[in-house]
Amino acid sequence: MLTVSGVHTFYGNIEALKGVDIEVGVGEIVTIIGANGAGKSTLLMTICGRPRAARGRIVFEGRDITHMPTFEIVRLGIAQSPEGRRIFPRMTVLENLQMGATVADPSRFADDLERVFTLFPILRQRQNQRGGTLSGGEQQMLAIGRALMARPRLLLLDEPSLGLAPLVVKQIFEVIREINEQQKVTVFLVEQNAFHALKLAHRGYVMQTGRITLAGTGRELLANKEVRAAYLEGGHA
Amino acid sequence: MAAIAETATSRLQLGPIFRDAVLAALVALVLSGPIMGLQTADASGGQGLVLNFRPAWVLWTVGVVFVGRLLLGFWWAHRAGRAVETPRALKALGAFLARIETPLGYAGVGFAIALPFLWFADRYVIDVATTVLIYVMLGWGLNVVVGLAGLLDLGYVAFYAVGAYSFALLAHHFQFTFWEALPLAGAFAAFFGIVLGFPVLRLRGDYLAIVTLGFGEIIRIVLINWWHVTGGPNGISNIPRPSFFGMPFQRNAPEGVTTFHQFFGLEFSPEHRIIFLYFVILALALITNLFTLRLRRLPIGRAWEALREDEIACRALGINPTNTKLSAFAIGAMLGGFAGAFFATRQGFISPESFTFIESAIILAIVVLGGMGSQTGVVLAALVLVTLPEFGRQFAEFRMLLFGAAMVAIMVWRPRGLLAYREPSIRLHRKGSGA
Repeated sequence: MLTVSGVHTFYGNIEALKGVDIEVGVGEIVTIIGANGAGKSTLLMTICGRPRAARGRIVFEGRDITHMPTFEIVRLGIAQSPEGRRIFPRMTVLENLQMGATVADPSRFADDLERVFTLFPILRQRQNQRGGTLSGGEQQMLAIGRALMARPRLLLLDEPSLGLAPLVVKQIFEVIREINEQQKVTVFLVEQNAFHALKLAHRGYVMQTGRITLAGTGRELLANKEVRAAYLEGGHA
Repeated sequence: MAAIAETATSRLQLGPIFRDAVLAALVALVLSGPIMGLQTADASGGQGLVLNFRPAWVLWTVGVVFVGRLLLGFWWAHRAGRAVETPRALKALGAFLARIETPLGYAGVGFAIALPFLWFADRYVIDVATTVLIYVMLGWGLNVVVGLAGLLDLGYVAFYAVGAYSFALLAHHFQFTFWEALPLAGAFAAFFGIVLGFPVLRLRGDYLAIVTLGFGEIIRIVLINWWHVTGGPNGISNIPRPSFFGMPFQRNAPEGVTTFHQFFGLEFSPEHRIIFLYFVILALALITNLFTLRLRRLPIGRAWEALREDEIACRALGINPTNTKLSAFAIGAMLGGFAGAFFATRQGFISPESFTFIESAIILAIVVLGGMGSQTGVVLAALVLVTLPEFGRQFAEFRMLLFGAAMVAIMVWRPRGLLAYREPSIRLHRKGSGA
């Protein structure tokens, strides 16, 4: 579905991605784990066309999207919940969701809204509240819900667990599984919370300073000695 | 023990308060020395200007500032530790206004329609009301750019000027009437809006403000210097007045033309035209209002508001920021162009003098004081900012002081504008909603 091959991305002179190859198949949940500054978010943003890949190719459903502007990439069926959630704080929950439906068929708005409200019942209760007044967890749900309103085939999630209480994290990962299994949305997940991410994902990649260093199924990586030492047991390898 | 501590603190505070008051008095001395201490006057016998010195004025100013600052210092010391708060009455007023906004709007429209027929409405009142409405319309136009799309535009007067000059030149060279030229004036202004929009697409906030400020000045300076087209500083005069469905407002019409008063069998009165002009701008303003209210509910209006909040998130949702910004600039400029064409036909004469930076500043002040994005707020702010100097006429040279003080007061007590409340553009009918 999505193929990233040999992608290099620069911020000025700093090479943030040093030739990354990944593959996301239809219906999968694929996760990238790694430490701060490894380039996980940069990879996700590069897929969305901002910053642009300096070298390499990104192909989505057979189409080269390497040089497309972000808003056109979104129209192809890739939605993202960006890093830091980036909901619209002064607009209401409902308006935020409406913004998410920008690229969707307007006649399906009511159905899609119902779908999101079923996944996140709290959003239904908060629908007329301003986005900025929601709690962190609710804002994350809103960010995912907003992305789903576009009816994406591929959903990109950037650290949905960031800054949330463990119980809320569990809840959100539960919903991500539901989105994947019941609504057949392929999920590409960038996470620091390696344990939850690997438990959820079919396959995973480990990223270190701009390179993919390990790849495997979620279970393999969970059992991997290096992964355990570096990301799961709190120590440093 | 407690008493000793208290005197100690009060002694500690006296010094700084006194020093602060002296400093303020010094600043007042420096400022008021040339501003209030010197006055130019006509010398008798046409000898040119002479300078009068008014030391008493300076002394009064310095004294008032010193005592005032001293009192203010004691007041602050008295309530030290408590945060500056909006006075409760003002807060309540804001909340009250927000609640009655819709009925207030209808009442305002009703009053505006009835105004020319009320007992106190003489020519002066209607003239001031017309000016208020021009600024309301400009405020609503700029509200699209600044209030909704969040693009700080300090050169809005440029589009006002483009609209005015488009109509004036079309009338002068091609004998266009007001109604024929109105859509063209809007179109030209919109075109200029896009021209300005392109280079500034990447800019935000203060950088954008600087470039738009420059754009406003460029237009004005072109108008002054391109004299063989625009008439330069002399401007353009004899701009035709609008007609009522082809019927002019004149005492004696040319051959074969029925005038307004003949058609309706009225005694000719120059007030007919004044009242008609008033209704024209009222209609234009109301159309502007309905238009922008409608836009806010359309995807493009929502995209503007979202863009104001977070441009990166907008991109991630598939919004093309380029087109969204350009459309905001174009539509805001178009509305300014309409207002400009009306201004030209009302005055009958335009010159670059009418389109200086201070106009942009006043329009922006109307939008900001009204509460960014609030339609009713713009009306209130325009009412305050246009009529305050009028009411202040009896204070002669102090009226601008009054104006400045009112602006400072609003910004201190209601920093987000008179009506900061934002009405959501969509609500579901309470279907299973918790609250």
